[in-house]
Amino acid sequence: MKRVIARLDVKGPRLVKGIHLEGWRFLPKTPNEYCYEYYLQGADEIIYIDAVASLYGRDSIKDIIRKTTENVFIPITVGGGIRTLEDAYDILRSGADKVAVCSQAVKTPHLISEIANKFGNQCMVVSIQAKKDVNGNYKVWYDVAREKTEIDVIEWAQQAEELGAGEILLTDIDAEGMERGMNLDLINKVSQAVKIPVIVSGGVGKSIDASNALANGADAVAIAKALHYNKLSISDIKQEASNQNLMYVYK
Amino acid sequence: MKSVSIIDYGMSNLLSICRAFEHIGAKVNIVTKYEEIIHSDYLVLPGVGAFPDGMNELNSRKLPEGIHEFVKTGKPLLGVCLGMQMLLSKGFEHTETLGLNLIEGEVLALPKDELNFKVPNINWHEVIEPSENKWLNTIFKETPNNSFFYFVHSYFAQPKFEDNILSKTNFGRLNFASAIQKNNVMGTQFHPEKSGKNGLRLIESFLEF
Repeated sequence: MKRVIARLDVKGPRLVKGIHLEGWRFLPKTPNEYCYEYYLQGADEIIYIDAVASLYGRDSIKDIIRKTTENVFIPITVGGGIRTLEDAYDILRSGADKVAVCSQAVKTPHLISEIANKFGNQCMVVSIQAKKDVNGNYKVWYDVAREKTEIDVIEWAQQAEELGAGEILLTDIDAEGMERGMNLDLINKVSQAVKIPVIVSGGVGKSIDASNALANGADAVAIAKALHYNKLSISDIKQEASNQNLMYVYK
Repeated sequence: MKSVSIIDYGMSNLLSICRAFEHIGAKVNIVTKYEEIIHSDYLVLPGVGAFPDGMNELNSRKLPEGIHEFVKTGKPLLGVCLGMQMLLSKGFEHTETLGLNLIEGEVLALPKDELNFKVPNINWHEVIEPSENKWLNTIFKETPNNSFFYFVHSYFAQPKFEDNILSKTNFGRLNFASAIQKNNVMGTQFHPEKSGKNGLRLIESFLEF
């Protein structure tokens, strides 16, 4: 079954939303309030990304996770600033079910294997920030879309799978925060290149945008802005996916 | 107030399961020692991770003796995910490893060649009652047939005896045991603590066992 996931980017104790993973704006309510709302709407999962942890190493995210587990009983994936096996353990112990590793996986890919071997590959999510270069090839970026590499996104996804990643969280930097639809070409390429589930993020403005991604091979769509600004609800997105025969809306 | 003991053997995901039991109104004790385990009313063996690591952590803490002793009292034990897999005789994740052998059977890898099913299986799936009235007086007693639960796993349980299969879930050509039971020992491959309302209802039924 395809999944609909609420993605919450946090900075310190606050929920933020940017464009192209930059220019963060604070949202009025606490991350936990938004999260509970999405749980009630029928989200299949929650993703928290600590937007600045990999730059500043802040860990207030753990308090947010702990609080979330009090009233939200669906899976929680947490990313941002995870550099070591111990960091992953800390996050899992705070109540997360999976960890998403981005920057450190690029710098030291064996961390993927270490986490997968210790906690099982099902809780090792490799987060990939992708951006199309001038030649039309997708390249891997890291440190919250600040650092560019020459690594090919497709190859990196395959390498991550080989190293033991259980899922890929694919964020398209150009589409992120724009609400103009998802990059279906990128989604298609990455989904076809790996056997593990691919969660796609960046660009959902309308329900049909999520359905298009699911129809193009994504296993799950993560939505942020359109939910936070109340343009869409999880149930709208699921209903649309169900209308397109991509999903069975369950009780 | 019902009191439930949750075994901490260093394999994560404790908080989520504690919170779910607290949400139902149970008093939760985190237990790490033989004496605490044998004096529990309800025992839960959680777990996320690989089978050999899990057994290693249990063995190095000398917990299997306590779990076996507890089971002899007839009080209910619930294994969740890896905790359920370890109830069986043997696992084959990375390397062949002996389990707790509370329910005869093996833990095998999910087939990786199913077209529409990916491994690890990270998804909501339907949970099916294997035969009529199988769920009477079990953890599924309040659960409608075909309810959805959340799974995260790469291996599945294959009990030796059909009778120990409490529920089935479809995965391509495979209909695997998504929950198992032998008398007062039961386990779910899915995560009730992560399955929204359906999961909370199952936990409530466990506490009425």
